[in-house]
Amino acid sequence: MSEKIAKHVSELLKQGKIEAFIGLKEQQGSKHIIPHIYTDGDNLDGFYTGFNEGADAKRYPLVKTLFHISKRYPEARLGILARGCDERGLKELYKWNQLNTEQVVTVGLACSKELAEFCECYKPYPDEFVEGEKVPGVDSERVKKVSALEEPERLKFWLDKFSRCIKCYGCRNICPMCFCKECSLEEMEFIETGKIPPENPIFHLTRAVHMAGRCIDCGLCEEACPVDIPLRILYKKVNNIIMDHYSYRPGFGEEKSPLNILGSRPDENNS
Amino acid sequence: MNFSNVSTICPYCGCGCGMILQTIDQEIINTLPSKSNPINEGKLCIKGWNVHDFVVSSQRATQPLIRKDGDLKEVSWNEVLEYVAKELMRIKDQYGPDSIAFMSSAKCTNEENFLFQKLARAVVGTNNVDHCARL
Repeated sequence: MSEKIAKHVSELLKQGKIEAFIGLKEQQGSKHIIPHIYTDGDNLDGFYTGFNEGADAKRYPLVKTLFHISKRYPEARLGILARGCDERGLKELYKWNQLNTEQVVTVGLACSKELAEFCECYKPYPDEFVEGEKVPGVDSERVKKVSALEEPERLKFWLDKFSRCIKCYGCRNICPMCFCKECSLEEMEFIETGKIPPENPIFHLTRAVHMAGRCIDCGLCEEACPVDIPLRILYKKVNNIIMDHYSYRPGFGEEKSPLNILGSRPDENNS
Repeated sequence: MNFSNVSTICPYCGCGCGMILQTIDQEIINTLPSKSNPINEGKLCIKGWNVHDFVVSSQRATQPLIRKDGDLKEVSWNEVLEYVAKELMRIKDQYGPDSIAFMSSAKCTNEENFLFQKLARAVVGTNNVDHCARL
């Protein structure tokens, strides 16, 4: 819990700058951490942020929650607890015309060194934050290690990991960047429905290709995977390819993804 | 705006995974796995992930049904319970207790399953008790 963030959120709500704040709550009794929407600045019971916590910090897809509310209430001005990854998610959704910057107020939280190292996060803090300290970004040793494998070994590594998939769709369901109404992973032409395990490696490669230039590296997918597939290595890798070829990293700046081919109408341009 | 996150337990099997149902204006729109639940530690299976969908499914049976003249008809609980009890007694009397089997469920509590097998063994007199997880 962070007093600074609680005070800041309370003021935003009382001053009417936001209608609601999307954050986390520690439930009385059970002590479970769940997402929560605060609407009363005088009632922040159980307010939780995960400030200063390490690798086991309870992180939820708050951006996706905001996205759901915003679809139903496009006029609502919403506050949100935002770590570096959440902010990258918001920025990317603005660029893809899925959210309007005017409707979102971020309350920034910088991650601890321990969490940044666990995530191998390249920017473990949002542009502006109320709580925490800026710790340096971390290069991914895991990506380097897998990339350095000889090709046959690398193939074996990935096919072994993918073969464990139970096709729960958790990686897609929890992903703040998966906003498509129709998903390729449910298209009979690509992925046979009702068949387990999914075709290896088509299922995971399909998702990896869609994550290129879009993944904001929050790591929620890997945390949600019941069979510990190192998805984060995969998506960090496809993002590195986009970075190497197009100098584009999702969630940074206002420039749109090089894969944004069609462009958009002026009224859709939120970024 | 009425948005809430309700902490609950997955109804599908006996594992007891913790989940959070997200609702907007009383409508369940999303399921999230509980990160702090020691059973599932932020993970779910495909059935758990889709819990929010079946609640409002149009294919869901919301009332007891009895097939009459070839068609399923909605009937009251009283009528259906009376019918089932009468038929079970008739079959038991005519063909013996082992002509009846009891199919229990992983979605029930231990206590419900205990009572169910008790009914099978003590009232009907058969050991034919099984459950859906074996299918």
